[in-house]
Amino acid sequence: MSDTVEREVGRARPRKEDARLVTGQTNWTDNIAVNGLLHLAILRSPMAHARIDHVNVTPALERPGVVAAFSGADLAEGLGSLPCAWPVTEDIVLPDHPPIATTEVRYAGDPVAVVVARDRYAAADALEAIEVDYTPLPPVLDLEAALAEDTVLVHSDKGTNRCYDWPLKTGEDFESVRQRADVTLKRRYHQQRLIPNAMEPRGVVVTPLAASGEYTLHSSTQIPHILRIMLAVVTGIPEHKLRVIAPDVGGGFGSKLQVYGEEAIALAVARRTGRPVKWTESRSEGYLATHHGRGMIQDIEIAANRDGTLLGLKVDLLVDMGAYLMLVTPGIPILGAFMYPGIYKMGSYELNVTGVFTTRTPTDAYRGAGRPEATYAIERIMDELAAELGLDPVELRRRNWIGHEEFPYTTIAGLTYDSGNYEAATEKALALFDYDKLRAEQADRNHRGDSVRLGLGVSTYTEMCGLAPSRVLRDLRYAAGGWEAATIRMLPTGKVEVVTGTSPHGQGHVTCWSQIAADVLGVPFEDVEVVHGDTQAAPQGMDTYGSRSLVVGGTAVHHAAVKVVEKARKIAAHLLEASEQDLEFTDGVFSVKGSPDARKTIQEVAFETFTSHDLPDGLVPTINAEHLVDPDNFSYPHGTHLCAVEVDTETGQTRIRSYVCVDDVGRVVNPLIVEGQVHGGLAQGIAQALYEEAVYDDQGNLVSGTMADYLVPSAPDLPEFTTDRTETPATSNPLGVKGVGEAGTIASTPAVVNAIVDALRPLGVRDVRMPCTPERVWQAVREASR
Amino acid sequence: MIPPAFEYARPADVDEAVRALADAGEEAKVLAGGQSLLPLLRLRLAFPELVVDVGRIAELRGVREDGDSLVIGAMTTHHDVIRDPLVRRHAGLLAAATATVADPAVRHRGTLGGSLAHADPAGDLPAVVLAMDGELVAQGPAGRRTIPARQFFVDYLQSALEPDELLVEVRLPKTDGWGFHYEKFHRVAQAWAIVGVAALVRRDNGRVAEARVGLTNMGTTPLRATATEEALAGAGDADAVARAAESAAVATQPSRDTSASPEYRAHLARVLAKRAVLAAAGMG
Amino acid sequence: MTRVSVKVDGTNYEDEVEPRLLLIHYLRDRLGLTGTPVGCDTSNCGACTVDLDGESVKSCSVLAVQADGGEVTTVQGLAGEDGEWTGLQRAFHERHALQCGYCTPGMIMAARDLLRDNPTPTSDEVRHALEGNLCRCTGYQNIVRAVLAASGQEVGT
Repeated sequence: MSDTVEREVGRARPRKEDARLVTGQTNWTDNIAVNGLLHLAILRSPMAHARIDHVNVTPALERPGVVAAFSGADLAEGLGSLPCAWPVTEDIVLPDHPPIATTEVRYAGDPVAVVVARDRYAAADALEAIEVDYTPLPPVLDLEAALAEDTVLVHSDKGTNRCYDWPLKTGEDFESVRQRADVTLKRRYHQQRLIPNAMEPRGVVVTPLAASGEYTLHSSTQIPHILRIMLAVVTGIPEHKLRVIAPDVGGGFGSKLQVYGEEAIALAVARRTGRPVKWTESRSEGYLATHHGRGMIQDIEIAANRDGTLLGLKVDLLVDMGAYLMLVTPGIPILGAFMYPGIYKMGSYELNVTGVFTTRTPTDAYRGAGRPEATYAIERIMDELAAELGLDPVELRRRNWIGHEEFPYTTIAGLTYDSGNYEAATEKALALFDYDKLRAEQADRNHRGDSVRLGLGVSTYTEMCGLAPSRVLRDLRYAAGGWEAATIRMLPTGKVEVVTGTSPHGQGHVTCWSQIAADVLGVPFEDVEVVHGDTQAAPQGMDTYGSRSLVVGGTAVHHAAVKVVEKARKIAAHLLEASEQDLEFTDGVFSVKGSPDARKTIQEVAFETFTSHDLPDGLVPTINAEHLVDPDNFSYPHGTHLCAVEVDTETGQTRIRSYVCVDDVGRVVNPLIVEGQVHGGLAQGIAQALYEEAVYDDQGNLVSGTMADYLVPSAPDLPEFTTDRTETPATSNPLGVKGVGEAGTIASTPAVVNAIVDALRPLGVRDVRMPCTPERVWQAVREASR
Repeated sequence: MIPPAFEYARPADVDEAVRALADAGEEAKVLAGGQSLLPLLRLRLAFPELVVDVGRIAELRGVREDGDSLVIGAMTTHHDVIRDPLVRRHAGLLAAATATVADPAVRHRGTLGGSLAHADPAGDLPAVVLAMDGELVAQGPAGRRTIPARQFFVDYLQSALEPDELLVEVRLPKTDGWGFHYEKFHRVAQAWAIVGVAALVRRDNGRVAEARVGLTNMGTTPLRATATEEALAGAGDADAVARAAESAAVATQPSRDTSASPEYRAHLARVLAKRAVLAAAGMG
Repeated sequence: MTRVSVKVDGTNYEDEVEPRLLLIHYLRDRLGLTGTPVGCDTSNCGACTVDLDGESVKSCSVLAVQADGGEVTTVQGLAGEDGEWTGLQRAFHERHALQCGYCTPGMIMAARDLLRDNPTPTSDEVRHALEGNLCRCTGYQNIVRAVLAASGQEVGT
């Protein structure tokens, strides 16, 4: 690496993105105003499962300001099924998924009819005039009962609620391992459904140009590029006539990694009416209509020797697909399938994933997507095994993790972890946490029989991210590739445009990509602008999810910038009348070795290509460059998280007293942003452990249906975090970077629950189901003491 | 997110407000601070034909003394209640409990009278006013009447106010010399109380001379833990208080929701009653 | 329709509005002041927090007609005439107290209200003052640091 590369990368740059955001000069989808704009409102099923007998939209048409109203049947022509891009097995059951229901509703919130009116008030009023007759059908809610013979079917034409079975079996047969193991433990864990809760509710604006058949669709999406392709297929609008823009997008966490019915409906309605159409969900509507995350039952069995050496792992997952398969619904548990062995060495691994249809909102990606579930199960059962063996939970991990000298290491699940240092991260975390002192205090409280118990929880996680090598995706039957694109345009005045295929929604790509490009090009950070999120302005990309943007997209920016320099070198050599080999490039300046006065800046070279007055024969007059990166491996961040909780055994209330994490996300481009990603990840992981759950009643109604019932924590509900890092560079990309977007969420949930169980273990408690509400904790203590 | 349409009146004084309510009959809703009504309207859980905005009626705001009582205008905001020197001096329990209501922005708009008239048993202030033996003064076409708090809260979201009556003021006996504490138990800071306990304790020679205990969210109305109050008389130490608190859930009918079962609420009432009384009595 | 007269970020407006029109929709849809967003329908998220007559309010929980005669300040009205940011805006930027930025207008308005009341709050006081404002990105830690920094207090990194 030259000196220039260290200049910006690694620097805690406050973000370029902030200027507009702190002053309110934003461009959220709902802000968009267009002449003649109509507001779309959607009538949704109030029942989990019912036959639609009759829909009458005529009364709505009579309401003031209403321009049009449509039932599902009215819109069916010209709207195909919403896509599932990840049919994980050959014989997966793939039900039809109309963007708006025509004959049957399959979850509370399934769209049934729509109106468009001159403003949002008129649209909301008109919705109430639509008449729908339903014949209620029984809901399908219990994952195990859904698989029984002769049960109610979510999709009666499919003959089963079993969506797929996906097995994985490596190493020694688990049955033989179980036979010879000193200890086997089997546990069942529940991953409750979560609602992602990006702060910006979803919205869509479609602007049609009737004369030319062109459509511009603004959507609060993470995936403008994928969305364009998919919506072209769903609506029949030719891809080249459809422009998709992700304007300012207020968070996603996976929930905007989707092709939503509302996007297709808005296109269909704009096509029908010839008018621009806007739809913005209300928060409560979004709780029904925006996909949920998690939702699975995990049966996990671990086999070990008396000394703690792990022998093998067997995992059975029952996963709630919800009513339909959305973009990557079936693939979410598969992203976790390779992570159950975590950072540990073992000789046997068996897993089976069973996808199950229910009459609930579909599930799909939510921060971590499969990997938090896997990490939870292995890290929880490691604590149980430690207790069984009378070992400190950190010591048990130490006896089994991959040593730093063993990298690259191919795990029992078949992944090759390129780099890591679990010892270093753990030692640093233990010191920051003051582990031994807290253990002493815990012993003292236990001895005194204090009603407020102290518990310490550890989680030593890794995860696979930086999605993804295209060939691996092919093997997993994912329909697209995992590459990412970047283009660098050197403008005549010396400024730089980086065009990226990633689509940020809070991450800080503009700042980080500027840092990467500035270093390679040797131009000022301020002179770089980043163009993104518009299929016209940034036409090629695979968008943002799975902690991929820096690892794949940032790498593409780096390579494109290197290409720019190489192209510029040819021209600089010509201008300086030197050979390319005699040129040095430092801090944005080409100079001739040995004659330091012979210099050309890269900006000067850019201007020379603009005028093209003096370029060598046959040279294409541009130093702009593009690059596509297809990663050859995943990225494997890791770290050690430690949580101390105080549990009030009288009320069951848990308070996090301290939280320490040491993450290794490889080389860091911007420490401010990395720390922010970790903080936010921790908050969401802790929220799963303590607060959040999408609760359904026995009729399939979402009971936690508003933000007043679904408990997103606010500032007083979360502790101060102590975060630190180790840096073990990734070897799979030139920047040495690993993903950071999901790490905090993946790691923190088991750390918190392990701490709660650790606090209550002396009282006989062995598990508390998430979220660990005060009542559940109180009940666990009560039952254990019986 | 879109309220249904309604007619709107903004009376200048109480008489005008009462006339507007009387003319509209059952279909009118009073808009005080709007922090309960507007959420109901936004979710279309209420469809009033007329909204009577009493926000500009100056006589409904403010705190004054009236002998042994404190008189608080119904439209006094939570924010003002918390900071009012008279409330802090003579009705500390109300100030303490009001500080736990919702969040600062809501407390800027929300009013004491609005919270009480809404009669939500999960609200913090009904149990407090009940524990303080407060009185609520309503004005209707026939004039004013005073309703003891014990009779004011009729059922879930239902008060003793007639459709043509406006709550104008809240009268609280001064509790100078009483210890007080509001123990609120919730899962996250901005959530409603799963259970709350409002305790007032008057001590004599280190013993509890008199105690009043109000319960939030232990039934369809705020309740008094009468059995505990009786058992507290004469309690001289923490054990005695704990024993008295064991009966805090007697004669309650707590509900079931996503945060708690009735059984757990009953348990919490006992634990929180103990803590609230100990804190109020300075024995904690 | 009811007539309202409101001063918003220094500009006087007079409009005929439906009584049911929420202040937030008046600001966004009628005045085009889209800097203040909507994040929920239950008063929980605080994204729509503005200042009304010197106090923070959730503009989803105020009717436009209730603001009649009043003065509203939104995040768009904070910067000076020369565009100079307030201390809170600077601190949010410098301390990386925002990611997606959707909650930021509300957070800044709520924090501004706190500092007016309590110029040197503790970290706990900041957290409680912001309890009605939800952020899904930051875990709040940098927001708390930013508010403390804006109050002129020393803050660790």
